[in-house]
Amino acid sequence: MSDPGSHMRMHEKLVLRIVAKRFIPFVLLFALYVQFHGDFGPGGGFQAGVIFAAGLILYGMIFGLGALHRVVPPRALEVAVAIGVLLYAGVGVATMMLGGNYLDYGVLDSHAPAHGQHLGILLVEGGVGITVAAVMLTIYSSFGGRERE
Amino acid sequence: MIEHLPVLQIVIPLLGAPVCLLLRARGAVLVFATAVAWCTFAIALASIGIVLEQGEVVYALGGWVAPLGIEYRIDLLNAFVITVVSGVGAIVLPIGPGIHGHTVSASREYLYYAAFLLCMAGLLGVAITGDIFNVFVFLEISSLAAYTLVALGNQRRALRAAFSYLVMGTIGGTFVLIGIGFLYQMTGTLNMADLARLLPAVLDNRAVHAAFAFLLVGVGIKLAVFPLHQWLPNAYTYAPPAVSAFLAATATKVAYYLLLRLVFTIFGIGFVFGALGIAPLLQVISLAAMFIGALAAINQTDLKRLLAYSSVSQIGYMTLGLSFGSVAGLTGGLVHVANHALMKGGMFLAVACIVARTGTSAIADLRGLGRRMPATMAAFALGGLGLIGVPLTVGFISKWYLVLAAIEAGQMLLAFAILVSSLLAAVYVWRVVEVAWFQEPLQSAPHGEAPLRLLIPTWVLIGASLYFGVATDLTAGIAAQAAEQLLEVAR
Repeated sequence: MSDPGSHMRMHEKLVLRIVAKRFIPFVLLFALYVQFHGDFGPGGGFQAGVIFAAGLILYGMIFGLGALHRVVPPRALEVAVAIGVLLYAGVGVATMMLGGNYLDYGVLDSHAPAHGQHLGILLVEGGVGITVAAVMLTIYSSFGGRERE
Repeated sequence: MIEHLPVLQIVIPLLGAPVCLLLRARGAVLVFATAVAWCTFAIALASIGIVLEQGEVVYALGGWVAPLGIEYRIDLLNAFVITVVSGVGAIVLPIGPGIHGHTVSASREYLYYAAFLLCMAGLLGVAITGDIFNVFVFLEISSLAAYTLVALGNQRRALRAAFSYLVMGTIGGTFVLIGIGFLYQMTGTLNMADLARLLPAVLDNRAVHAAFAFLLVGVGIKLAVFPLHQWLPNAYTYAPPAVSAFLAATATKVAYYLLLRLVFTIFGIGFVFGALGIAPLLQVISLAAMFIGALAAINQTDLKRLLAYSSVSQIGYMTLGLSFGSVAGLTGGLVHVANHALMKGGMFLAVACIVARTGTSAIADLRGLGRRMPATMAAFALGGLGLIGVPLTVGFISKWYLVLAAIEAGQMLLAFAILVSSLLAAVYVWRVVEVAWFQEPLQSAPHGEAPLRLLIPTWVLIGASLYFGVATDLTAGIAAQAAEQLLEVAR
C-alpha cells in the first residue's frame, strides 16, 4: 500500500492521517485500560496486547513501516518478546525462591496473601501483554516488509 | 529445590528460549543453550531416580491442588519418556543448524536454539502434565516450534514440507482439542486422574465415544500412524538433518506416550479394548504401517526419505505393542520408544555427517563412502542392524518383547509378521551398505571424516543403542515396570 504510484500514499490522505492521529492515542489508552482492568472485569494481557499492537499497526499502515520502525525498532520488538515471557516465568521462579510452588502468588506478600496474588497476576498479565503485542507487531513487520525486498 | 524438580523440568528450557533471544551472540547462545539442555537432561535423570525410589511425584502449580489447578504428575511411564526426550535433545542441540549445509545465516543462529529449546519444553510438557488441556497447550508449543525448525532446511521444498506439516499438525491439534472439549463437557474436569475417576459413569454416552474418536485420530496424526503419516516423509527429508534426528527421536514418541495415557489411564482398557474393541483395528493399521512403510523405504533414492519411511514402519511396531494390551506388548512398545530414538537419532545424525561432507543425501552418491568415511558409515550400519533387530542391538530387545507378546496372545501370525517385516528392514539397510562398501568411490567423493562436532553425537547415540542392547536392565527393566503400573491402573 505504501508503494509510490498513481495513488496517493496513505499518509497524504488528509482524513486518514488526521483521524489516525486522533485515534491512535485512544486505542493505546484503551489497551492499557483492558490490561489493568483485567483484575476486575473482562480483559487481561492477551486482549490488551492485541489492542495495543493494533494501535501501532494502524500507525504503520498509515505512515509506513519505516515510521513504525522508528517508533519501535525491530530489535526492540525481539527483546520485548523475550522480556514478556521472562517476566511471566520470572514471577514463577520468584515464588519458588520465596518458598511457594511455581506461580503460587500468595507468597509474594508475606503479610497478606491476597496482595501477593494481586501483584503476581498483575506482573504475569503484564508479561503476557508485552509478549503478545510484540509478537503481533513482529508478524505485521515481517509480512509488511516482504514486498520491499 | 528437590520438590520443584517437576516444574523446573519445563521452566528451564522454557526460560532458556527467550534468554537465547537476548544473548544473540553466536558462541554465547551455543554455550548457554547447551547448558540448558544438559541441565534439563540432568533433572530428568534425577526425577526418574526419585520415581524409582518413592513412586509417583505430584506437583501442584501455583499451589492449587488438582482438580482445581494444574498438576504435574510423574510416574515411571512419563519419567521414561522425559528422559529419552531430554537426553536426545541434549545430545543433538549442540550440533547447531549451520554445520550441514548452511541452513541458517550465522547472525540468526540464536533463533534456531530458541526454537529448539521451545520444542523441547513443549514435548517435555506434554509428557509431564497431568492436565489434559495443558497437554494440548504444550502439544501446540512443541508443534509450532517443530514447524519452524523443519522450515529451516536448506532447500526451498523445506518450506512446503513445513507448511503441509503445519496443516496436518493443526488438524491433529484441533481434533485433540475437540476431543478434550467433549470430555470436559461430559465430566466437568480436565485433570487426567479425575477424568479416569469420572468417565466410567458416562462411558455409554455417544459424546464420550466421539471424544475418543477425535482424540485417537488427532494423536494418530501427531504420531504419524499409518495412514495419517503423509506429512512425515517430507518433513523429515527436507528439515536440517539434526532437526530430523531430534524430531524422529522425540516428537512421535511423545505422541505415542499420549496415546498410551489416553487408552490406559484415561479411558481404560475395558472401554477401549472391551466395549469398543479397537484392538483388531489397531493391529491391521500397525501391520499396514510396518509393511507399507518398509516397502516404501526400500524404494527410496534419498537416504533421509528412506529413514523417514523406516520411521513410519517402526511406529507400526509401537502401536502393535499397544494393541496387545498386555505387559509384554506394552514393554515392547515402550522400550522401542527409547530404542528407536537412539537408533534413528543416530542414523539421522550419520546422514548429517554425510551431508556435511558431500552436500547430498542421495543414495547413489554414497558410492564407496564406506572407505572414505568409515566411522560415519559404520555408525549408520550399526544403527541399521538395530532396525533389523539383530541380537546385541537394541532393536532385538524391542522385537523380542513384541514377538513374546504375540505368542502370549496366541497370534502366531503376528509374530511371523514381525519377523518378515524385519527382513524388509534388512533389505533397505543392505541397499545402503551395498552402495557404501561394495562400489568404487566417486572421483568427487570426499576424503576424511565429518567434523567431530557431528561425529561425536552420532556415535554417542549409536554407542548407547549398542550398550542398551546388552545391558537391558535399565531400558527394558524400567519399561516393564512402567507397563505393569499402567496396566494395574487400567484394571
